[in-house]
Amino acid sequence: MQKVVENTKKAFLTGNEAAAWAALAAGAEIMFGYPITPQNEIMHYWTRLAPKYGRNFLQTEDEISAGFTVCGAVQAGKKAFTATAGPGNTLMQEPFSMAEAMRLPLVAIIQQRGGPSSGTVIYSQQEVTLTTFGGNGEGHRIVYSTSSHQEIYDYIIKAFNTAWKYRFPTFVLGDGYQAKMREPLEMYDPEERGIELVKTFPLVGLEGKIGEEREPQHLCNIYSMEEELYEVVMKFAAEYEAISPEVVEYEEKECEDAEILILAHGVVSRAADDAVKALRAQGIKAGYFRPITLRPFPGKQLREAIAKSGAKKMLIAESAYGQFDRLVKQEIYGETIQINNLFMPGVGIIDTDIISKVKSIID
Amino acid sequence: MALPATPKSWYLPTKPHKFCPGCGHGIVLKALGEAIDELEIQDKIVFGCDIGCSLLSWNFFACDSTQTHHGRTTPVMVGIKRARPELIAVGYMGDGGGYSIGSQHLLNAAVRNEKITVILVNNTNYGMTGGQMAPTTLPGQKTETTPYGRDPEITGYPTKGPEFVAALTSDTAYVARGTVSKYKQLKRYIKNALRNQMEGNGFSFVEVLSTCPTNWRTNAQQTWSFLEDEMEKYFPVGEFKNPFGKGEK
Amino acid sequence: MALIKLALAGEGGQGVQSIAEILAEAAYEENKQAIYIPNFGVEQRGGVSIAFLQVSDQRIGAPKFNKADVVIALSKRAVSRTVRYSDSNTIYVYDSSISVDEEEMPKEAKKIIGLPAIDTANEKLHPRVFNMIIMGAVIGFTNIVSFGSAKFALEKKLGAKFERDPKLRELNYQALEIGRQMAEEALKEGVAN
Repeated sequence: MQKVVENTKKAFLTGNEAAAWAALAAGAEIMFGYPITPQNEIMHYWTRLAPKYGRNFLQTEDEISAGFTVCGAVQAGKKAFTATAGPGNTLMQEPFSMAEAMRLPLVAIIQQRGGPSSGTVIYSQQEVTLTTFGGNGEGHRIVYSTSSHQEIYDYIIKAFNTAWKYRFPTFVLGDGYQAKMREPLEMYDPEERGIELVKTFPLVGLEGKIGEEREPQHLCNIYSMEEELYEVVMKFAAEYEAISPEVVEYEEKECEDAEILILAHGVVSRAADDAVKALRAQGIKAGYFRPITLRPFPGKQLREAIAKSGAKKMLIAESAYGQFDRLVKQEIYGETIQINNLFMPGVGIIDTDIISKVKSIID
Repeated sequence: MALPATPKSWYLPTKPHKFCPGCGHGIVLKALGEAIDELEIQDKIVFGCDIGCSLLSWNFFACDSTQTHHGRTTPVMVGIKRARPELIAVGYMGDGGGYSIGSQHLLNAAVRNEKITVILVNNTNYGMTGGQMAPTTLPGQKTETTPYGRDPEITGYPTKGPEFVAALTSDTAYVARGTVSKYKQLKRYIKNALRNQMEGNGFSFVEVLSTCPTNWRTNAQQTWSFLEDEMEKYFPVGEFKNPFGKGEK
Repeated sequence: MALIKLALAGEGGQGVQSIAEILAEAAYEENKQAIYIPNFGVEQRGGVSIAFLQVSDQRIGAPKFNKADVVIALSKRAVSRTVRYSDSNTIYVYDSSISVDEEEMPKEAKKIIGLPAIDTANEKLHPRVFNMIIMGAVIGFTNIVSFGSAKFALEKKLGAKFERDPKLRELNYQALEIGRQMAEEALKEGVAN
């Protein structure tokens, strides 16, 4: 496959443009998409760049179709992906659920917009529940929550590898700010960096003469007996648990002696990081903990951060009304740390919001 | 007594099949199996079905097969075909899946002239879920959700699938309506629909009028009479678009 | 350079997004960190358009901000949309050709400045380079980027057009210079709030 980024280069791009480049660099072969703000430019850049590298695109009739065509293409053994947001993410839960049930290496980029319903076309972190645990399943998915254009680039490349290595549907969770803003990043060829691109393989359309060289493939996601389904789901759960330690990623700063831990994910973690610096400068011992994977969640690492800091208080900041908060709480059940919230659904959070909240808590 | 010959492309470990006695699916799948054999494409086929009665075909063929949600067979097949154009993608669905919950997919696949083959079985009701009204239920026909008969004032008239598909597709599409009562014709239509895809022409669609004595609550004679006298009157059998020429109506 | 936060608002077609984009590009060329977010609200088509721009030597945190160092509002509606970004550290700039009542102006600002950009463009230059006067003024108010980098970024964006019509390049440069002078004058005199 033709190299997309010959030499590592600095670039000043929107997040959506970085996403398209990353998918190309990761060797994605086909994108299926349907227009919805704020992810549109991923398609726009992809459709401009893809033909130059022999890659394909189809604009489907809706998001349901975009998700299911991806399911078809990955079954045929090609690296395929889609991108969506908001109501489109809602519709895609149906194909995402099929991908979970059949262990399809589907990759989707989610650029969260405000909700519920049409909400805003701008920004939120309100698609956390949907992306981590949407659909009629058990959340056997991998979700990376990015906070910068560099991470959009890095984690989209990683998402394809994760999806094809473990065969759990994999999501890169961004947001409208990350989608639309421009900031510098470094683009590179993954293999030049020693990142091996995981090989794809077909589930249908295999080589070989049926009946002589191989058996036919019969894939299905429906079962006659409740026990059959139980076996399948339990097997998936066990595999998911087993791979979780190697998939989990997080970022932690200044937790050793923190009196208060600030938890945030995605773009809000930038404000949390700044807030911790400012609070430290003012003599307030704040620590920073950020899950990069929301599924699987770095629960063990968070418990360790709580233990080693001895912090008595925690602040969970998110641009949603408690979706991240719920993920955190279920992971640290039994801890006695006091949990405080800064919920700003659909609205950007800046360092001063967090700083004043922290001050109101510790007073 | 010698068993009737089964198509080579049938998957024997799953036979006898699970369709109800008198159901037309077995006939459609036999025609498809023989067409696959005659065209020698068993190893290139990817067969897809959704849920509903068509689901029972998920392991019917000795061909690579996959299954999806109700109505979503078309986009899954589109995804497979777009990813691997050398494969022959065959979507198999019922009238509910194709004309109701998945109608947007069927319609748009037709408009885009996707190079896949869709075989849709019209038995005028939702069979698997217990015999509810389908888009194809005839006026006056009783179903579980139209216990007094379908009233077109309330629920409109039956969907005429090949007619609307033909209206949307380009001239390289193949569109036909067959019936399980005319087996040779049906097999010819299905073969044409596969050939049309193999030659890279465009979308290929065959609706098949079929029987459902279980939900119609009919005996053998009534079943056949409903198919030939009622259904075939409302849903004309024939080729609506045929890039190979020789159209018949 | 410390962080500079800028909010630019105008009617669709006044070119506020282009100004922010060119300035962001210029800052990037200077190896600074820059984050530019276009307003992409429902008013994306035909309505008030807002551009948020932050430039710094350091890594920039949150992409959005509550209060700007400089706000520039180019229409009456843009004023009502942007007063919220002004506080006692903000230089609040509006085009002096628009009629805005006293009470519509921000309650808090370091300085409120009426800039005759639209009239100057119409009378002295050409209506289409009005946004270059504004871009020059932004540089004059903030030194967000050097004049040279701004010209470089402008060339990158409009170079092809300039090649076809070299007079256009001159016109744009003139507008930039006029804008900068206006800003510098205004900072000296200004209307203290």
